[in-house]
Amino acid sequence: MAGLDPAIQRASVRERYEFFRYALIRCRYSPRRQAGCLQGGHDGGEKNVSKLLFTEAEWDFAALDRTYKAIEEIALADLKLDVYPNQVEVISSEQMLDAYSSLGMPLMYNHWSFGKLFAREDTMYRAGYSALAYEIVINSSPCISYLLEENTMTMQALVMAHAAFGHNHFFKNNYLFRQWTNAEGILDYLAFAKHYITACEERYGRDEVESVLDAAHALMDQGVFRYRRPPKPSRERVLEKRRRRAAYEEEAYNELWRTLPQGVAPPAAPPTPEDEDEFDGDMKLPEENLLYFLEKHSPVLRAWQRELLRIVRNLAQYFYPQRQTKVMNEGCATFVHHTIMNLLFDRGLIGEGPVMEFLHSHTSVVFQPEFNDRRFGGINPYALGFAMMSDIRRIAENPTPEDRDWFPGLAGTGDWVGALKDAWANYRDESFIEQFLSPKLMREFRLFALYDKAEEDTYRVSAIHNEQGFRRVRSLLARQYDTGIADPNIQVAGADLKGDRTLFLEHHMHRGVPLHHATKQLVTGHIERLWGHDVMLEEVAE
Amino acid sequence: MTYFIDRRLNPKGKSLANRQRFLRRARAQIREAVQKSLKESAVADIAKDRKIKVSSKGTGEPRFRLDPHASGERDFVLPGNKEFMPGDAIKKPQGGEGASGKQAADSGEGEDDFEFVMNQDEVLDIFFEDLELPNLVRTTLKETPNKTWKRAGITTAGSPSQINLVRTMRNAHGRRLAMRRPSLREVEKLQAELDLLEQELPSEETRAQITALKEKLARAIARRKWIGFIDPVDVRYNSFTEQPVPTSQAVMFCLMDVSGSMGEREKDLAKRFYMLLHLFLRRRYDKVDIVFVRHTHDAQEVDEQEFFYSRQSGGTIVSTALDKMLEIQKERYTTSDWNIYAAQASDGYTQSGDARRCVEMLNAEIMPLCQYYAYIEILDEREMEVFASEDSGAELWRAYRTVAELWGNFATKRIAKPADIFPVFRELFKKAEA
Repeated sequence: MAGLDPAIQRASVRERYEFFRYALIRCRYSPRRQAGCLQGGHDGGEKNVSKLLFTEAEWDFAALDRTYKAIEEIALADLKLDVYPNQVEVISSEQMLDAYSSLGMPLMYNHWSFGKLFAREDTMYRAGYSALAYEIVINSSPCISYLLEENTMTMQALVMAHAAFGHNHFFKNNYLFRQWTNAEGILDYLAFAKHYITACEERYGRDEVESVLDAAHALMDQGVFRYRRPPKPSRERVLEKRRRRAAYEEEAYNELWRTLPQGVAPPAAPPTPEDEDEFDGDMKLPEENLLYFLEKHSPVLRAWQRELLRIVRNLAQYFYPQRQTKVMNEGCATFVHHTIMNLLFDRGLIGEGPVMEFLHSHTSVVFQPEFNDRRFGGINPYALGFAMMSDIRRIAENPTPEDRDWFPGLAGTGDWVGALKDAWANYRDESFIEQFLSPKLMREFRLFALYDKAEEDTYRVSAIHNEQGFRRVRSLLARQYDTGIADPNIQVAGADLKGDRTLFLEHHMHRGVPLHHATKQLVTGHIERLWGHDVMLEEVAE
Repeated sequence: MTYFIDRRLNPKGKSLANRQRFLRRARAQIREAVQKSLKESAVADIAKDRKIKVSSKGTGEPRFRLDPHASGERDFVLPGNKEFMPGDAIKKPQGGEGASGKQAADSGEGEDDFEFVMNQDEVLDIFFEDLELPNLVRTTLKETPNKTWKRAGITTAGSPSQINLVRTMRNAHGRRLAMRRPSLREVEKLQAELDLLEQELPSEETRAQITALKEKLARAIARRKWIGFIDPVDVRYNSFTEQPVPTSQAVMFCLMDVSGSMGEREKDLAKRFYMLLHLFLRRRYDKVDIVFVRHTHDAQEVDEQEFFYSRQSGGTIVSTALDKMLEIQKERYTTSDWNIYAAQASDGYTQSGDARRCVEMLNAEIMPLCQYYAYIEILDEREMEVFASEDSGAELWRAYRTVAELWGNFATKRIAKPADIFPVFRELFKKAEA
């Protein structure tokens, strides 16, 4: 008893119990318990300790907040990033799997393919084959980043720098995202889509909805506009729509709403799927966006089915910039977190332990296996992007004579922040590589190009990382990231509307590469379901 | 402006709807896979989560993709050059494996079968999907389940007719004690004292006492006023909830030979059969009684544990088990209220002459009572080959065959190895053709 606090000795048994319970809870949840050894004398004087943002491996919200503010200062002042407001959410591993399987979006309509993805990821995760991502970030305003609960404090700092500033800046500034996506509206749109699809399922049955969504998902890659915005609806169309909305409001008007107190809005009308046919004979050909074409011109679809196609098409379009900027986006985020973490350390805001942990995870993220390595799975976008961006900084600060030849405008200017911000804003993977991949990097990655002709049983090495090959390797690599070439180019050539309504599609082959036969049959089947009549898909040589 | 939001406590299972859709979508493949997986595993493991491997057929998500292996030409860039010089020829890896194959898999979907974990409920749902106890005659009951009111504790709200007086008064009493409400007796005592004093000769002292007493009395009366005898907070009501009455009750008699002639292997097989049966009944029907009867040369009713796990030695007289079953049935399970099912497992040996007695009992007494009677004969694999034909067999088997000919709801099956159990089980309890 002697050791106890006198206050506790005086307290009744019950109170004492309460006190211990409280102490127990505090001790269980306090991150300090693991850090006992760290606190004791490791950092020496009090003054040193106070400067560090965190000393423990476990995170808490106060530490997150402190660290976020420090990162923000560096990001805005040193890197001059321009970001959407951030919203950082801490989630559990199950929620991370959830987010994975719904295309990384916080809200998503229901579809079996997401369930399949979840089942697969879940099994992989449980069996230990794959670790979870440390973060997911959503191109929206506010920019939502998910932090995994199990991350250590160092990882949370890294992830905040990576997602909440790196990706965020890229989303806000890259021309593709600015042009094609609407960061303010995406969450509302997803909420609408989810409700609408649920309403459709209730009204028309799950199977009906599922078959349309299946078909639409199969055409997602062919459901984007690559070069133009969708045509604006004609004036009559807009007027007609407005008239119909007014008519609906008139019909749904209720005297009772007037009696609501000031400032209370009457409940919004639920999304009601319309069930009328809409068939537009006025088609503009050729059309590369198959989903758009089917939505507008399919003779068999009903209005709600067209709306489903539109939802899938809008999602495809929303994700299209991400597909074109994998290297840049990840490179940008990786470069930003690398720079910020180093600056944090330089300024004495994080200790050596966290820096070692950060470097360990950073190096495994930017690891590039060689082509004959068992781990090789294509070029790692993190590795290439990070290397190129660090290289831009190097060229701006310490150029070699070779760099001066290759990048006269950039070499030695010292303004790497400006150069990078310009690159992030105005390039996509293809043009970025074509513009900025330096001979030094090609040597470092030991890049070489192979020529592959299907009939021959050997590849031919067409260029390697030498003086004669640099330009060729670089443009071939850039070409590899051109979605215009990597995706099959399929267009609607015509439809026999007067006759048997056969739809004619053409695949414009690039260098004689045809479509994969089995999947071609399957996807054509989906198109037939949406079109309602025969579909002919022809391979056309260049 | 930054928000940190803790989402960890948000409701879980957001993707449940997607999972259900997926399971529904892949129903056919999953069913096949589940059945295969069940067949290969021990019956005891049936109630466990299991890994299911599903082929991508039916759940494939086809997309258009290019096939550079078919024809045409392309260039691609790889990292990690070691010795290659321009113009070198490199043999293509066979079967699309290696560098180029991986590339192709990246751009398209090199999707094979994939594995995922199904939980116990999902597995069992699929397994039991098209099984049902045969010919379940709803002897006493109607289609719609009846409901009855059952007590469900005490509530603070309810209709006055359901007031629970004892509880209410007890609460009131407790509250009165706690609030120190003066009892009527105390007030009367004060009054009596006061009266007594008032009758005495008035003096300074008594006057003061009277005033004090009056005050005390007034306080007590006032206190009684504002601390009610019964307060609304004291009132308690009996609560009732509706509960479904089982609309059909069935009793399942499990008979098993545990004599010496039943070896470890036979017992094990029988055990598996019953365990599965047991699981099935427990799951499928709300109200199913299971009676375990084991027999050697005489029969006993035992509990589940003993039935499966204890040993006994002795001869074999099957009819004793039938006697015991009849006895229990008469005692507890009248045919007007219960559907009676019986499942018997044996190695086919019985005392000579006993088989005939069994047949007589079955024909005369048991079969008229039973909805269904299943007889499982456990053979070893060698015997299984010898008795390939349905007609040949040991004494009991041949005797039971005659019963089977007479009664449509009598079934006989032979099993020799664990893998035989499931097919038998399915066949026995196949949904009655409507």
